[in-house]
Amino acid sequence: MELFHNPRIDWLGKKWYFLAFSLIFSISGLISLFFWHHLPLDVDFRGGTVVRVKFAEKPNVDHIRSAANKAGLKDPRITAFGPADHHEVLITLSGEATNQAAIDQGRATIIRALTQNYSPEAAQNQGKLDLDNATSEALTNWLEQQDPEHLGATVAAETKYQAQADAVLHLRDGEDSGVIPSLVDLRGVVDPAVLSAFQQGSYLSGFSVRSVEIVGAEVGTQLQHQAELATLYSLGGMLVYLWFRFEFIYGVAAVVACFHDTLITVGAFSLRNMEVSLTVIAAILTLIGYSMNDTIVVFDRIRENLRLSRREPLPDLVNRSINQTLSRTVLTSGLTFLTVLSLYKLGGQVLHPFSFALVVGILIGTYSSIAVAAPMLVAWQEWRAGRGRGAALPAAKKAKV
Amino acid sequence: MQKNLRTKTIGIIAILLFFIYGIFGIPGGFSGTAIRNSILKRIHLGLDLKGGMHLVLQVEVNEAVGAQTDSDSASIQNAFQQNGIIGASIAKPDTNRPDFIQITGVPAAHTADVSSLLNSQFGSQYDIAPGPNNSWTLAMKPTVESDLKQRALDRSIDVIQSRINSLGVTEPIVEPYQLGSYQILVELPGVDDLSRVENVIQSTARLSTHAVLGGPWPDQQTALQSLGGMVPPDAELAQSVPGASSDTSTGEWYELSKIPVWGGTDIRDAKADNDQQTNEPEVVFYLTNAAGDKFGQFTSANIGKDMAIVLDNRIYEVAVIKGEIHDTGNISGGNMSMQQAQDLSMLLRTGALPASLKYLQEETVGPSLGADSIHQGVVASIVGMLAVMIFMLIYYKGAGINADLALFLNLVILLGFMGFSGAVLTLPGIAGVILTIGMGVDSNVLIFERIREELRAGKSPAAAVDQGFSHAWTTILDTHVTTIVSALILFIFGTGPVKGFAVTLSFGLAANLFTAVFVSRVIFDAHLSHKLHGEPISI
Repeated sequence: MELFHNPRIDWLGKKWYFLAFSLIFSISGLISLFFWHHLPLDVDFRGGTVVRVKFAEKPNVDHIRSAANKAGLKDPRITAFGPADHHEVLITLSGEATNQAAIDQGRATIIRALTQNYSPEAAQNQGKLDLDNATSEALTNWLEQQDPEHLGATVAAETKYQAQADAVLHLRDGEDSGVIPSLVDLRGVVDPAVLSAFQQGSYLSGFSVRSVEIVGAEVGTQLQHQAELATLYSLGGMLVYLWFRFEFIYGVAAVVACFHDTLITVGAFSLRNMEVSLTVIAAILTLIGYSMNDTIVVFDRIRENLRLSRREPLPDLVNRSINQTLSRTVLTSGLTFLTVLSLYKLGGQVLHPFSFALVVGILIGTYSSIAVAAPMLVAWQEWRAGRGRGAALPAAKKAKV
Repeated sequence: MQKNLRTKTIGIIAILLFFIYGIFGIPGGFSGTAIRNSILKRIHLGLDLKGGMHLVLQVEVNEAVGAQTDSDSASIQNAFQQNGIIGASIAKPDTNRPDFIQITGVPAAHTADVSSLLNSQFGSQYDIAPGPNNSWTLAMKPTVESDLKQRALDRSIDVIQSRINSLGVTEPIVEPYQLGSYQILVELPGVDDLSRVENVIQSTARLSTHAVLGGPWPDQQTALQSLGGMVPPDAELAQSVPGASSDTSTGEWYELSKIPVWGGTDIRDAKADNDQQTNEPEVVFYLTNAAGDKFGQFTSANIGKDMAIVLDNRIYEVAVIKGEIHDTGNISGGNMSMQQAQDLSMLLRTGALPASLKYLQEETVGPSLGADSIHQGVVASIVGMLAVMIFMLIYYKGAGINADLALFLNLVILLGFMGFSGAVLTLPGIAGVILTIGMGVDSNVLIFERIREELRAGKSPAAAVDQGFSHAWTTILDTHVTTIVSALILFIFGTGPVKGFAVTLSFGLAANLFTAVFVSRVIFDAHLSHKLHGEPISI
């Protein structure tokens, strides 16, 4: 099977279309970055508190808000998270509200607010054990105290109740993703005596905390700085490597292409108002590497062809090189895209921004090695020729491998 | 040629077995759980996959410096008294310079005494400079100061470590973080009772006893007013917890002597108990001999007066001194539960933190989210990998089998590496594995496309394979180096999950150089050796 049989596409002839395409995307990204959504930053960088809570039933945002207000939280942002049927919300406190003196207080307050005020029956459940938020230790201790099976304070009782507690938590944290829909579900999971003890002395609050992230403002700034440095070093490292392996102009063209990809990917985050987190930065650095890959494959072929046929006009030679590598470019990008797409679709909410960056970046990265990097080489040579400095695109050092 | 091929094949199989061992170790059995357990024993999961708490704490090392200069100020005062130098005042004028002591108002007759006394007793620790009007400034020497800060950090790490151990957390990590910034990284796998852990870690547990000089007042303003608007330099104001004494209930304010009778590290033992009269939980503590002597002297000299027991700047107990107390005391304020009393006595036993800790960052993943993440990550990897493998089979037919074998071996080596190196697998790390599959196949595609090209140009299968490999090699090397450069930078700058991503990505790509170039070549050669010269290959 073959996708392209001996393609003869005049890529450079379409350079004005490419330019227009790149400009439209870069500029709309830039407009959004500067005038619209700006760059939405994740809590990693902006500082603040994010508590992710899962509810057993469709969460009532107004209830949550009023519970939080009662607990004295300064305007928390409450947003639905993930697919609607997962019943998850993010409760976010801004960096300023995440008090420096007691950075961990926000989380405690949010959890307390939900425990005390979210459920209408909260008052009548006071003093009972909340199975949705009980820890393994608390649950075991509770069972030992209740001693529904009348085993006394023996080692056998300890083992027994530990096992029963583990069974409950296994169901809750595994299959039920954190919240038990109903006490009846525990039938068959625990002994009947334990189940009836649960029915009398415990309740289900209907929510559980899935994750907490708290970042102090200074750490946020520090991480932001590190991320910027990492991106710059990465681009710089590439430039140096390509300079060393090819010629300076190849390095410049490749780095411009990578910068173009980074800009469009970041712009896409801004346009969609998606938050850029540390993992997104990791994805962007990976993309820089990946886009560089694609560009190198084309450049390698240009270099090889330059050695073989020095007479051929450069635009034709570049076109031919792109066409020769086209199958490979489309295939690998397609295959990498396939894996990234499965990550995007199946990898879960936590990785969503990360895989989104990869999905966008791989498409753009592939495009840019054909439509940005290679035409730049030709443009550079034409500019040199226009200034009467001879035509030579460095035929490149012979590969030393 | 044949023999050479056999050696290579045996080598590849040996490597395969080696890395399979790296993934599984020697499993306890062949049931699903036994195999799962043996994998988990080899490959360490990050906190984002197994659930747990990740904390970054700042040690307020300046407090340790301040405590040292406080105690040195007290020593200077003592030395002055012993030498009959009266009228000098010793202060720390700048709150932003905890390393700075100022002595003013020394009588002119004593300047020579003061100068020689300071130089002989404090010259090794401080840079001493005389100022105008018979004043001196003492600035802690930078080496002494940084030593002190480093010791505060080390001691904090020790204390946190022993506190966490007493909570029974398995495999905790407590280590310095961001070199030179006096931060501590704490990682606690599987912990879900956040507030308790936090209290235990963060409580400085600095216990001390002070003479009560004034109070109680209902709030700080009233306290300041009755003191004439200013707290005397040798005193401080502190608030009590509810129940700290029989006649206080809501957190009154007291004026205490600034320098404690004893404090901090003077505790020998502590235990939780029930109060004999009220049967409420309380903590009983015992002092070291030296501190006990000081306490005995103080109490016998101050019978009938009030003393306060202060924990972390809050008064927990105000009591009238009824007689000489030698080496024991109790804390019963604050309506403690038995568990809180037990935790507090543990804190007192493990010792005080030399400085307080500030939270910089916390990341907690609940057990249910971790389980979901593993599940989703594994499903996404398998689907992605199968999609790639099936496509390769369809597109390259026979050679597709070759690529799929190489890809499979790539995965085995990657996971085996993780098992051997003890590197941590995080959720972004799983994404790195998936990405490696996608990028790893790139090398195969490059080679195969080149072989097809050479075949089209009319070369014989053997020559085409040979040319394909040698031409693609340069490109493959370049592409791998650039991606590994990215990964390396991520490894240097990243933390936790991101680092995990950098690790799997670079391991995966390194393994790919071997599988896609060497292994794939051997498979081709083996295949070609069974064919007649010039017989076409399936690609």
